[in-house]
Amino acid sequence: MKKYNTLLAVPYFMWLIFFVLAPVLLVVGYSFFDQNGHFTLANYAEYFSSGKYLLMTFNSVWYALLITVITLVISYPTAYFLTKLKHKDLWLLLIILPTWINLLLKAYAFIGIFGVHGGLNSFLGFFGILPKQLLFTDFSFLVVAVYIQLPFMIIPLLNALDELPASFIAASKDLGASATQTFFKVVFPLSLNGVKSGVQAVFIPSLSLFMLTRLIGGNRVITLGTAIEEHFMVTQNWGKGATIGVVLILAMIVVMIFTGEKKVGGKK
Amino acid sequence: MKKPIISFRNVVKSYDDDVPVLKKVSFDIEEGKFYTLLGPSGCGKTTILRMIAGFSEPTAGDIYFEGKRINNVPANKRQVNTVFQDYALFPHMNVFENIAFGLKIKKTPKEEIAVKVKEALRLVQLAGYEKRGISEMSGGQRQRVAIARAIVNEPKILLLDEPLSALDHKLRLNMQYELRELQQRLGITFIFVTHDQEEALAMSDEIFVLNNGNIVQSGTPVDIYDEPINHYVADFIGESNIVDGIMIKDNLVKFAGKEFKCVDEGMRPNEPVEVVIRPEDLDLTSIEAGKLKVKVETQLFRGVHYEIVCHDEMENEWIVHSTKKAQVGREIGLDFDPEDIHVMRFNESEAEFDARLESYDD
Repeated sequence: MKKYNTLLAVPYFMWLIFFVLAPVLLVVGYSFFDQNGHFTLANYAEYFSSGKYLLMTFNSVWYALLITVITLVISYPTAYFLTKLKHKDLWLLLIILPTWINLLLKAYAFIGIFGVHGGLNSFLGFFGILPKQLLFTDFSFLVVAVYIQLPFMIIPLLNALDELPASFIAASKDLGASATQTFFKVVFPLSLNGVKSGVQAVFIPSLSLFMLTRLIGGNRVITLGTAIEEHFMVTQNWGKGATIGVVLILAMIVVMIFTGEKKVGGKK
Repeated sequence: MKKPIISFRNVVKSYDDDVPVLKKVSFDIEEGKFYTLLGPSGCGKTTILRMIAGFSEPTAGDIYFEGKRINNVPANKRQVNTVFQDYALFPHMNVFENIAFGLKIKKTPKEEIAVKVKEALRLVQLAGYEKRGISEMSGGQRQRVAIARAIVNEPKILLLDEPLSALDHKLRLNMQYELRELQQRLGITFIFVTHDQEEALAMSDEIFVLNNGNIVQSGTPVDIYDEPINHYVADFIGESNIVDGIMIKDNLVKFAGKEFKCVDEGMRPNEPVEVVIRPEDLDLTSIEAGKLKVKVETQLFRGVHYEIVCHDEMENEWIVHSTKKAQVGREIGLDFDPEDIHVMRFNESEAEFDARLESYDD
């Protein structure tokens, strides 16, 4: 029995070694070499002393935060509403469905919608509003990023809220709590694990968005993701690109620690 | 009769277009008594409880609390608290926070909360457990916390929704005593929902037996056990031998091919009836001394007694509970007294039944 278990684990560990561990080690390794292949700490020194990189870091964190907060604010009531519906699975499927469509395709679709001659502007035209520059603005970047991340926030929230026994809410009301009190004292604290998973699932990928920043944000918003792409693809400075990658990995680890699942009141 | 604390008047509850789960139910509940709503699942007992708690509104009819109509009063505005079947203790709070929940909502001063929670924990024999997490407690302890969380609010009525069903047998028996004692000490009305007739008989002042959205019979445990109104109640409450018979005249009933003296009156001559004799009222005796001659089919040792299944010559089945042993395959006699026979009419309403009993019972 035990032998079988070990055999079953082989593909997983292979995958782990070749596609997780090895690339991470390579990235860390590259970050200590300059363009001529000499060992150096200059990449890190430059990163932490240059205002340009620190601004990019701040931008990345700031936009990831905005995206996360906006998705959370939209997703929480949505998930709460969905738990009350009869055909939950169908509605859930409709939310998951867009994630099956290629990201690039969705981005191009938004270019069509937000363009000067696009759908949104011609709709506004009906009300006499002149065409506006929507594409390549912070606004359009946030809208599209939020749209893409929404399902990843809704699903963990929906699971957390759905698991909440109806009797908890009944008990709270029975003990005299109003609907608002019930929400803040019972429902929200007990769905916190869902909130944390959702924040993880949205914030971390949002840190390193790069394609959207170019296609929708028009490179007005330069985040670390964009910078990595520049270094690897354009300037061919792999060492610097890898350094930024390491910083991002560290940032993700910090987020994981802060949103890690803590035992809520000893739920077993 | 005291002024009722809760009254249901022709209360109907139906979901969608389905058959109603409650069909025009009316009853009164007095202050300070232990009531049990007893019936199989789907009989409507939990629906009644939910309507008293305020989780559900009647489709038709009225509910009164101390004479005031409360149909539309929300749950959080009622002087009623519930002990839930799954306890519904909040897992993100410890024992103290759970019990203090209702008091905090009412903005009770901190010192007062501490005193009251302590007293509630003492009442349910969990003194000193304030800091415990819910998951660290056993089923029986959670049960007590749930009770403490409800009674700390000093409700006029405590509703208990099958609270003992998740406990093991021994603990369940203990909790029956404790609940009964707690009710008498607090002096508030308890309304207990269960499908377990033993629980109902052991704890209640008054039992409502429900079936298919109707109250079939209400009365004290003794009344209901000794004088069940019909086949359903006789069968549901305790074990019974129920056979068809004919009421020859007052105090004389015919079943199993013979005529027997009984103490029932008020039926038409030669009216077809059903006859109930409880298994513990049948005594094993010799064929000559017995009123019925039966053949022993099976025998089961039940600990307190033997459960003996016999058949008479008319193929009626008789279950006997006896401390004496019988021999399988043997023919024996069964003896009983006229008082042990209870005669039931077909389709008699509770009002008619009560009136008939009144006419000769004194």
